[in-house]
Amino acid sequence: MSDTQWPLWEVFTQEGEGAPHEHAGSVHATDAEHAIQNARDVYARRGKVVSLWVVPTESISASSPGDAGPLFDPGSDKAYRHPQFYKSPRGVKIF
Amino acid sequence: MSMTTAPAEDPTKLAEFESRLNAGETIEPKDWMPEKYRKQLIRMMSQHAHSEIVGMLPEGNWITRAPSLRRKMVLLAKVQDEAGHGLYIYCGTETLNVSREELVDQLLTGKAKYSSIFNYPTLTWADIGVIGWFVDGAAIVNQTMLAKTSYGPYARAMIRICKEENFHKRQGYEICSVLSNGTPAQKAMVQDAVNRWWWPSLMMFGPSDAASPNSAELMRWRVKKETNDALRQRFVNLTIPQALAINLTVPDPGLRYDAETENWEFGAIDWSEFQQVIAGNGPCNRERLAARRKAHDDGAWVREAAEAHAARQAAKAQSSAA
Ligand SMILES: [Fe+2]
Ligand SMILES: [Fe+2]
Repeated sequence: MSDTQWPLWEVFTQEGEGAPHEHAGSVHATDAEHAIQNARDVYARRGKVVSLWVVPTESISASSPGDAGPLFDPGSDKAYRHPQFYKSPRGVKIF
Repeated sequence: MSMTTAPAEDPTKLAEFESRLNAGETIEPKDWMPEKYRKQLIRMMSQHAHSEIVGMLPEGNWITRAPSLRRKMVLLAKVQDEAGHGLYIYCGTETLNVSREELVDQLLTGKAKYSSIFNYPTLTWADIGVIGWFVDGAAIVNQTMLAKTSYGPYARAMIRICKEENFHKRQGYEICSVLSNGTPAQKAMVQDAVNRWWWPSLMMFGPSDAASPNSAELMRWRVKKETNDALRQRFVNLTIPQALAINLTVPDPGLRYDAETENWEFGAIDWSEFQQVIAGNGPCNRERLAARRKAHDDGAWVREAAEAHAARQAAKAQSSAA
């Protein structure tokens, strides 16, 4: 039997109730259930993790670094989306 | 001289790459990078991953003979962490377009290198203490630097590893401290282990910078931020006061404190021993590779069973959907 390496899965861990799931790394596994078990052993050996996501690596689509300029440009010239853009009378407590 | 010359890189892209590095930016898997950078990282990261995996063997040797249940639990957890470290770095290496299969194959066929320190035997229980204290201690110095390396996946794996290493060193130092304060026989045992591991631990940082062929380029590309010699000196400066605190000495008659540089000056390293071990003639090189191959072969049925199980689950899911 061939010595295959199995499909690759990306692992996301949630470290504590209410925290976002963050990318931790990846594991090789035969299926999703197996990937969760491997991810538990590799990325959750200490008490903090409360939830795991595993996603087949090939299912992830990502923006490409070459497009980063034009793709994120629209967000960089809109100062009016930040509170510092606005003036309020001296001495008034806004928040 | 190498037979194949690296393809000439696009000078515009190379300049852009180097200016990103100079600006302190992190390189990610999909970013453009010179072929040489990719190759150097694959070499360095896979050697590092292999070292974590082979490093389980000398310590695993003592799990069944740990002197108490507490020590046994701790050693098991430590060795399991090292397996995890190997896996973090393998998956980081795979982002450079090399498969796990290839990496494992390079280790098992003896093509790949791993840290020479793991080719020394663990003769007594005190060796487990000294490994945690010296070998993990040296690894922390090296990995703390690598946590700031320019390649994102490597840096992130190092940050994860550094968080776990402190316990490895602490448990080792605790073992040494207890033995040093124990019976005369225990004190002698730990001193003997220190004597055997001291020089190989200093060699872990690699050849002196003058003799290190890759150092300059790795530093220019911010893969490494400090030289082998600087890291080695930091390790010595950290470790000597720890040894003095538990009444142990290192086997170096030339050791002395230089008040001006605030460094512990140490004697000359016997690099011929290092070269011998790297060349495969260390005390345990053959044994380590044989153990890895046996573990891989003995695990074949587990891999087959996992695949069969997954295939059956998939078939079941399909027939219940139909
Ligand atoms: Fe480690
Ligand atoms: Fe460790």
